[in-house]
Amino acid sequence: MRASSVLKAAGPGRALPSKLVKASGVIVSLILTFVGLTAVTFTIGRVMPADPVLAIVGDRASQEVYDQVFLQLGLDKPIYVQYLKYLGQLLQGDLGTSIMTAQPVAEDILRFFPATMELATVATLLGVFVGIPMGVLAAVKQGRWPDHVVRVIGLIGYSAPIFWLGMVALLVFYARLDWVAGPGRLDVFYDGIVDPVSGILLLDAALAGEWDIFDNALDHLILPASILGTFALAYIARMTRSFMLDQLGQEYILTARVKGIPEWQVIWRHAFRNVLVQLITIIGLTYASLLEGSVLTETIFSWPGIGLYITKSLFNNDMNAVLGGTIVVGVCFVGINMLSDLLYKLVDPRVR
Amino acid sequence: MMDAALLRVEELHVSYNTPTGLVQAVKGVSFELGREKLGIVGESGSGKSQTGRAILGLTAPGGEVRARRIEFEGTDLLHADRRTMRHIRGAGISMIMQDPKYSLNPVMTVGKQIEEAFLVHSKDSKREAYRRTLEMLRAVKIREPDRVYRAYPHEVSGGMGQRIMIAMMMIPEPSIIIADEPTSALDVTVQLQVLAVLDDMISERGMGLIFISHDLNLIASFCDRILIMYGGQVMEECNAAELHRARHPYTRGLLDCLPRLGGSQHELSVLRRDPAWLETRGETS
Repeated sequence: MRASSVLKAAGPGRALPSKLVKASGVIVSLILTFVGLTAVTFTIGRVMPADPVLAIVGDRASQEVYDQVFLQLGLDKPIYVQYLKYLGQLLQGDLGTSIMTAQPVAEDILRFFPATMELATVATLLGVFVGIPMGVLAAVKQGRWPDHVVRVIGLIGYSAPIFWLGMVALLVFYARLDWVAGPGRLDVFYDGIVDPVSGILLLDAALAGEWDIFDNALDHLILPASILGTFALAYIARMTRSFMLDQLGQEYILTARVKGIPEWQVIWRHAFRNVLVQLITIIGLTYASLLEGSVLTETIFSWPGIGLYITKSLFNNDMNAVLGGTIVVGVCFVGINMLSDLLYKLVDPRVR
Repeated sequence: MMDAALLRVEELHVSYNTPTGLVQAVKGVSFELGREKLGIVGESGSGKSQTGRAILGLTAPGGEVRARRIEFEGTDLLHADRRTMRHIRGAGISMIMQDPKYSLNPVMTVGKQIEEAFLVHSKDSKREAYRRTLEMLRAVKIREPDRVYRAYPHEVSGGMGQRIMIAMMMIPEPSIIIADEPTSALDVTVQLQVLAVLDDMISERGMGLIFISHDLNLIASFCDRILIMYGGQVMEECNAAELHRARHPYTRGLLDCLPRLGGSQHELSVLRRDPAWLETRGETS
């Protein structure tokens, strides 16, 4: 920080190169992360004691057919050559073909990933807009009943197994009370009417003006998103509470009170601005981990998401699909981390 | 000077309920403050800071404040509601804290923090608040007020931070400033600058000052009147100019512990504390 202010002091002409240096540093670290990610996933995929040829030809094929496919896949070449070839295709957006669906992996992912994104986004929003106020309330009323309530909810959300919560929720809210729709993203009746522009059903339905479908999609989304959101909420509320308690004990809070500022402003304008700085990382991490796709939630709610896709591919020995899915998830993770770093710098003047 | 008392404190007690038992931080402190500079001096844990915070009603959670009377310009602070108290904080009584590194909000610009202190007690426009803020920054001898207005607390030095703190606490024009060890976190040379700024503003505006410190010399040279506190009680009260004639054994002990330049180089005496001081005072109260 000192160094950058010295640079600024040296004149406006010096500011540009330092920014360029920073930007190129970010790009280099991105490239390194990407290469590392692909190398590790590729190697794991190839050294696994599973035969990709057998997965294609089946165990009754003749030796000639087997050898032919073996050569076609390029498996006779050293692993680094295979990797470089894979990398080359990857850069052109080619993730290979899935054995399970017999379609390009990239297309599969474009179909499955938006479903996960929809679920993860709604769950994270729920966690943010319910979890943060809960955490703040718990911190402000520390040791009194609102604090205890929030802590119990946090404990349940954090420790109750998500598959159990999911099944109980389906039983109660779908089977018994019939308040929400059941598993899947849409009722069969509505399937395939809306063009998948973004793949996010709520968005596509709204864009097409099909409000019936929007309602139905929301009906289906609400339960899995709440279940996943409970987890996000519990984590965010817990972290908000402890960050807030920490900030409320700081001396600048006493300063704010000495100035005669109303207590709600002391909490939200002074303490919370500082909490937000720390929360950004937490929210980013939560969102990224939800984007990986929650296999359990997606299984229980028959939600055609990326978690389900990768798991099914894994069971089918479909290495291209597993690799492609892992890389997409990894790229998302890196991207969100970068975004939260950027936001962090925007909110906290000390790290600019 | 004493005829128009701004603040009257009688028999102030502050106690904390801790897991290890009741801790009495302040035990029956009484004093009056006019438009003067009153020093409160004492060792760590003598209750001097707790006295300051209790006046503002900002005792930490778990603390209990009792008193026969705390009165500020005719308002009973003991039974004031939250609204009245909030109005008195800042606009009536304000406080400067020890270390600007911790007492300024790290994610808010200096200017916004000062403006906020003004706007919360005033119906003036933002433009007026901005003008007053720059004026105030100039008054505390900050050379580039425009730049400092936009700066964040981590971008200013300790001495500057403390002058910003003074500007922030003075801008709503309170009648009393409580300065709780305002120079303890600063370098010696910077201390004098900050004290000079504080002194100017106090005498210019005719405010009352409660200056809390553990530094006997500093208090003696800066204040008009001194309370010497020990174990949550006032041991002795005297005029600053007559400190060397203080009679209480505790004050004498404190004075004897101070090294003197050019004095004889015998060993400094060690402060001896007599529990009896607290008991006798406790009975009379």
